[in-house]
Formats: sequence, structure tokens, C-alpha cells
Amino acid sequence: MAKRIEVSDLNIFYGNFKAVEGVNVSIEPRSITALIGPSGCGKSTFLRSLNRMHEVLPGARVEGKVVMDGQDLYGSDVDPVNVRRQIGMVFQRPNPFPTMSIYDNVIAGNRLNNNRMKKSDTDDLVEKSLKGANLWNEVKDRLDRPGSSLSGGQQQRLCIARAIAVEPDVLLMDEPCSALDPISTLAIEDLMAELKERFTIVIVTHNMQQAARVSEQTGFFNLNGVGQPGRLIEFNPTEKIFSNPDQKATEDYISGRFG
Amino acid sequence: MTATKAPSEPPQQRAVRRPGDRIFAGSAQGSGIFILLVLAGVAAFLISEAIPALTAPAEDIPGGEGLASYIGPLVVGTLLGAVLALLIATPLAVGIALYITYYAPRRIAATMGYVIDLLAAIPSVVYGFWGLAVMAPTLVPFHLWAADNLGFIPFFAGPASTSGRTMFTVGLVLAVMILPIISAIAREVFSQAPALHREAALALGATRWEMIKMAVLPYGRSGVIAGAMLGLGRALGETMAVAIVLSGGAGATVNLISNSSPSTIASNIALRFPEATGLGVNTLIASGLVLFLITLLVNMLARWVVNRRADFSGAN
Ligand SMILES: Nc1ncnc2c1ncn2[C@@H]1O[C@H](COP(=O)(O)OP(=O)(O)O)[C@@H](O)[C@H]1O
Ligand SMILES: [Mg+2]
Repeated sequence: MAKRIEVSDLNIFYGNFKAVEGVNVSIEPRSITALIGPSGCGKSTFLRSLNRMHEVLPGARVEGKVVMDGQDLYGSDVDPVNVRRQIGMVFQRPNPFPTMSIYDNVIAGNRLNNNRMKKSDTDDLVEKSLKGANLWNEVKDRLDRPGSSLSGGQQQRLCIARAIAVEPDVLLMDEPCSALDPISTLAIEDLMAELKERFTIVIVTHNMQQAARVSEQTGFFNLNGVGQPGRLIEFNPTEKIFSNPDQKATEDYISGRFG
Repeated sequence: MTATKAPSEPPQQRAVRRPGDRIFAGSAQGSGIFILLVLAGVAAFLISEAIPALTAPAEDIPGGEGLASYIGPLVVGTLLGAVLALLIATPLAVGIALYITYYAPRRIAATMGYVIDLLAAIPSVVYGFWGLAVMAPTLVPFHLWAADNLGFIPFFAGPASTSGRTMFTVGLVLAVMILPIISAIAREVFSQAPALHREAALALGATRWEMIKMAVLPYGRSGVIAGAMLGLGRALGETMAVAIVLSGGAGATVNLISNSSPSTIASNIALRFPEATGLGVNTLIASGLVLFLITLLVNMLARWVVNRRADFSGAN
């Protein structure tokens, strides 16, 4: 169930390029933490370092500590595959497996964990997860259709259903609404408000209204110039960030006086 | 075109078309028509030249027992060799392609890809001699072992050949020949499996092999089938390598390891054509027509397999 993540002195590299520098932050369980900031400042990179997805790129590496409820995720005896099973991820572009049906998409992660599940159990799990993602009513009559036959917003909710079906401790979302229309966006925001009862949620968004609407805590990333590493400039309760931020840069960014 | 159009009909609107578009569309269409004409021409030639053999009395056909018993064993031989080659080459090619795209360090991958592509450039005569001089003698012990231990399977019923110049050896040589085609295509489609879906699998906690099963193999499936069909086409039509290796018998046997394996259609044509006259030529062409039909059928089958799950292909 929902867990706390403590990040200390985190530096993230692509080969020799330091993309993110010196991040210290504590992410609270059962809440939504939003990460905002201009493009290229390292929000996605930071998010992907939390579930060790960063290192799947050749040459990519991380220095520092990420601890989840006492467990060092980058410890030498930790298998990144297990970390990813505990920390789910939803990507910017909806990415249901096009070669699988809606049904199979939902339980794709569970099939990895154990192959032998009774049909009645998987049926229940699919229904529960799709209900959890507010998608059940729209797809219950066509579970055997390909996931790619859905609209963009539905596909993204299918990806959320797939991510929550394995009951992760934490759910990472990288601009989950940036490819969606306003109605689908609202549907997903409502969904996040429900999901935070059960999961720790970290969401990257470039939509400041969205951050203000959904999150409890907000982190502002920024970088000093091209080729410089991105830094976490300010991390505070969302209300404070949007009314009375500590940093001048944060205020400039959220009031649109940026750059 | 006639002046008696109803006045209520709106004047015909012609979309503006740029010359570049027109030239391109025209040449593309021309190429399309050209390839159809060539195909139709070949088919027409085969049919018209085969008709005398199709209508001749049985005793006039070489062998004296009619067209079916002349071509039948050749069909068996052709299918046997090609299918054996395909069964060996496809899994191997998929394995090689996966190793090169997802496992090997970059430098090794590049070298391996290059070496495998080189295999495709070796002329088939060379493969034939290699098969005869190296493969056949090397495989004799396997032939003997198979006859002793697997003899209950019709494919391995003895007596085993002591020269190794059998359908089994042919199948192996053909497998090596078609390996580069299949693996080149498999490599290409595997490397294009979208990062989006590979990352989706990894983020769910898939190991590398599980990621390949979820996001790479299903995506590459139709490409691998297409590659296998190209390979099968080459194996079905291969002439020199088979003619050199096989000491063809005449019976329609599925036995892979004896001296009595029938020859294949293509190699039979190559061996007999120079001396054939009259109805003999027509008979050989009729066998060529059969080969043409087999290939056509195989391709239609592959297309059907690929299209059966087109919705799930990931192409949308
Ligand atoms: N795969 C990659 N290889 C090399 N550099 C990358 C890669 N992905 C992102 N970067 C670099 O890392 C920095 C941060 O990128 P990113 O985390 O995507 O920013 P954001 O998500 O905040 O827009 C940028 O300078 C970007 O160019
Ligand atoms: Mg990003």
C-alpha cells in the first residue's frame, strides 16, 4: 500500500550529461505530488529515476539515494524489475499494447507476476481495475477488442487500469493528460482524486491549473541555462506555491513572467 | 461528354492536380501495371507450354506412367526440403535477430549483422559444393544414428545413406541459405518495435525476455512471417545447391535420410532441361507450373495468417 519516498542528493546523468542535480525531497503517501517547470528541466528524467526506468536507456545512470519506506531502491541487492513492480508508471502518450485485447492489457502486469490465475479471478480483477479507472462502463461490452481501438482518453485510462491492477505502492504519471481533450482530462483528474486514497501519486504536468487543482504538494523544477542541469528550486504545499512561493523564480514561472 | 446534360446538375468540379503529383501517380501506377503484366505473361507462357503435357496420353510422358506420377515425387521432394529448411532456419533467424537487436553489445551486434548479410551474398553453387564436400560427409554419423534411434518416425526410416547426399542434408544447406533473408527482415522489424510499448512492458516490471514477449515478438510477427515466406520462396526455387547435393531417387518418399529421396522440381528442371525434347520439355514446364502454383498458394496462406489478426497488428 501507499508508501513514502525519500530522495536525497540525487544526480541524474545521460552519459556524461548531468540532466538533474542535487534533488532532496520527501514524497508523502496517500497524496498527490505535482512536479512543474519549463520543458527540458528534468521533470521526466527525475520521475523515471524513481522507478528505475531511467537506466533502461544506454549510458543513463543515477547518483544519490531513493528510499521507499526504508528500502534503498538503488541498493546493490535490489532488482530494478521488482522496483518497477512496486512503482507503476503512466506515460505521456497512451501506450496500451496494440497486439493485446483490452482485457489482456489490464492484466498484462499480473500475468508477469504469476501465470496461474483462475479465469474467475482475472475477470474480477479486470472489472475492478477498469472500474477503478472509470472505464468499465465504456468498454465492458468489448473487452476482447484491441486496446488501440479506444479513443486517446480511454486508452490513457486503460493504461491507468493496467498500472493499478498490480496494486503498486506508488503511481508515477508523466504528463498523463497532455495528449487528451479537456473532458478526458477532467475524467482523469477525478480519477486521481479517488486513487490517492490508495496510492502515493506523483504527477508531472505542464498545466499549472491542473497542479493547483489536484495536488497537495508541488515541486518546481528549473534550470539556469541550456546545457545546465535541472534543479528542484522549491518544494512546498501547493497552496503556498500558488499564493506565496518562497522563491522569486517560482513566482515568475507561475505568474507567466518566465524567461 | 454529351451536350444533353440536365441543367440542374452542377458543373463538374475538377480538383486541381499538380504536375509532380500526376507524374508520380502515373509512374507508380505504371510500375504496378507492369508487374501484373509480367506475372500474367509468365503464367500464360507456363500454361500454354504445359498444355501438351497435360493432354498427352500417360505412356508418352517421361517415365511412362503419366504426368501425376512424374511430378508427384518432385512435389514431395520440393516441399520436404523447403519445409525442413524453414523449420530449422526460422527459429534460428528469430533468435539471431533478437540477440542482435536486444542482447548483444553494440559492436558485436554490428559485426554479426554484417557477417549474416554476407551469407546472403554467397552464390548457391558455392553452397552446393560446400554441402557436397563438407556437410554431407559430416552428417553421415547423424544419418546412421537417426536410422537406429528414430527409425520409427517415417522421416527417419532407414536404410540410412552412407554418402549423406540426402534430403536431410539438402534441408540443412537450404536452411543456411535462407537464414540471412529471414534474420535480416526479423532484425529490421524487431528493431522497430516502438519504444513506447517496450517501456510500457518494462514499467510493469517485465524482465527483458518478458518485454520481448509482450512488445517485440507480437509486433514483429507479421514481419517474421513475411521474411519466412521470402525464405521459403528461395528454398522452393533453389536449383544448383539441391542438384549438386542430392543423389536423387525417384520414389515419392518422405524419408529424409535414405538415398531414395526424390529430387525437387527446380533442380529436376535444371538437370533435365538441356537434354529434353518434344513432350519432355512440356512435361518439365508443367512441373514448373506446379511449382509456380505452390509458391502462389504458400504466399496466399501467409497473407491470410497475417491478416487474420490485422486489428491487433499494432499498425494503427
Ligand atoms: N534519452 C535522452 N538522452 C539524452 N538526453 C536526454 C534524454 N532525454 C532527455 N534528455 C535531456 O535531459 C534534460 C531533461 O529532459 P526531460 O527530463 O525530458 O525534461 P522535461 O520532462 O522536464 O521536459 C533535457 O536537457 C533533455 O535534453
Ligand atoms: Mg517531460
